[in-house]
Amino acid sequence: MNIPTQLKYTENDEWIRVDGNIGSIGITDFAQEQLSDIVFIEILISEGDVVKKGDACATVESVKAAADVYLPVSGKVVEINEALPDTPEVINKDPYSGAWMVRIELNDLAELEGLLDATAYEKHCQEKGQ
Amino acid sequence: MYIPHTDSDREAMLQTIGVKSLEQLFQDVPPAHRFPDLKLPPALTEMEVLAEMQEIASVNDTVDEMTCFLGAGAYHHYIPAAVDAVLRRGEFYSAYTPYQPEISQGTLQAIFEYQSLIAALTGMEVCNASHYDGATAVAEAVNMAYANFRSKRNKVILSPALHPQYRETARTYEAGSHILIAGEEPETDPFAGPETLIPLIDDQTALVIVQYPDFFGRICDYTKLAEAVHAAGTLLAVSVNPIALGLLTPPGDYGADIVTGEGQPLGIPLSYGGPYLGLFATRKEYVRKMAGRLVGETVDTRGQRAYVLTLTAREQHIRREKATSNICTNQGLMALASTVYLSLLGKNGLRQVAELCYHKAHYAAECISSISGYGMASNVPFFNEFVVRCPRSVSEINNHLLEYGIIGGYDLSQDYPQLANHMLIAVTEMNTRDEIEWLADVLTEVSNG
Repeated sequence: MNIPTQLKYTENDEWIRVDGNIGSIGITDFAQEQLSDIVFIEILISEGDVVKKGDACATVESVKAAADVYLPVSGKVVEINEALPDTPEVINKDPYSGAWMVRIELNDLAELEGLLDATAYEKHCQEKGQ
Repeated sequence: MYIPHTDSDREAMLQTIGVKSLEQLFQDVPPAHRFPDLKLPPALTEMEVLAEMQEIASVNDTVDEMTCFLGAGAYHHYIPAAVDAVLRRGEFYSAYTPYQPEISQGTLQAIFEYQSLIAALTGMEVCNASHYDGATAVAEAVNMAYANFRSKRNKVILSPALHPQYRETARTYEAGSHILIAGEEPETDPFAGPETLIPLIDDQTALVIVQYPDFFGRICDYTKLAEAVHAAGTLLAVSVNPIALGLLTPPGDYGADIVTGEGQPLGIPLSYGGPYLGLFATRKEYVRKMAGRLVGETVDTRGQRAYVLTLTAREQHIRREKATSNICTNQGLMALASTVYLSLLGKNGLRQVAELCYHKAHYAAECISSISGYGMASNVPFFNEFVVRCPRSVSEINNHLLEYGIIGGYDLSQDYPQLANHMLIAVTEMNTRDEIEWLADVLTEVSNG
């Protein structure tokens, strides 16, 4: 199971990569594995939206489950991955790069401190019975 | 044949549970309450039961003995013998939901054919495996529109010419929710055209629902309404009589986003109100918001065509509170009946049925409106139902008709206080010319007497 060390994580299996004050968000390798073949993703927020940590930003559907993706940070939506809904399988194949879902301009970098690092997230996955 | 447990089966189970006797399992029930006296009458033999049931049933007056001019959502149409012959096959009659495609290909294929036929008939792109009836299909359209806008739009406009019971069902479904229902204010003119709904549409409107033909039998042009609906980013649902679609432009062709309907006219008996068949079709872009079962066509591991329940992540057993609806069933047997009916008649046969209904209804309208005291309430083109202004109350007239073995039309004053003495008359291919003329004769008699 892949858990890149430079990213931060949530207990709901989202990851965030921060470049300056822009955060890119997606779901983890663990999440895509649990969901199995992903057939559909709907991004619920749009460019320009002002969003809060905890808002649902996307819905992901696999053959056997439907899951919501929540924002780990607050800010303004600067970009959404428009290509992803046409190729949902990328979430399974490339969860940390090609399958970024939304990009947020952070308005409170302190929120990042509440997130899990790679070690803590790995422990969390193990406890979940990976 | 039901084969119960053997004594040794029971012994083994009791041993596994760890008790010595069956009675021990009930020890928490006080002895005085274990076998209460139910005061039932003595058991009857099969012969006696049959005689008693037949006596009860004989009290019914049915369309088999009577001449029927009542419609209002359920119609007396001919049911070809082939329908029952297929339905009563044990494989179909007792089949449950086809969760296991390995052993359900027959059921799944039948549903797939049903979906395909209804999609073609309505001019839509995808059709589900059916809902309970036309009324609940309308309620599901409301649910779907609400889900589509992710609860951000909470107003639904119901045309006053949509079946009163469908509107009531929609209200029941949405009671306690945040959905506001508009379009039925008391001062609304039920005969007003569809354009009168346009001013009610705003950016809070999720859905506008109309009926086709409408409850009064009228064929309205919904093009302008559809344009206005879409300009506001709203959805349009049309509730149909599928027989009429044998003749009329399908709603998919004039901008419907959702088509619902009552499939009872397609080979399903009147049965005093049910079981009926809820038709539900939509466009592909909305398929994930649609409730109900959906059968898809695919290939198995050997590359052979196979059918399976698909897009199941929509349904409430997976999505739970985020699902569009709690519904996770369909009217399998009724959907099969309609599939046999439509397959047997084909496009041309259905058109023939529709034409017979249309022409006979127009002949009836001609006969009746020429009787002094009676008149057509609307001059909008109609399919096989029309509203007649009567010289007396409809209940009085219907009582009189009953004495002649005629079931008269629907009393509109029940649902539209402003339509006292207005009768909704339906005519189908089952009504002969003699029957129609006889109806006119009796109506004349009532008017004179």
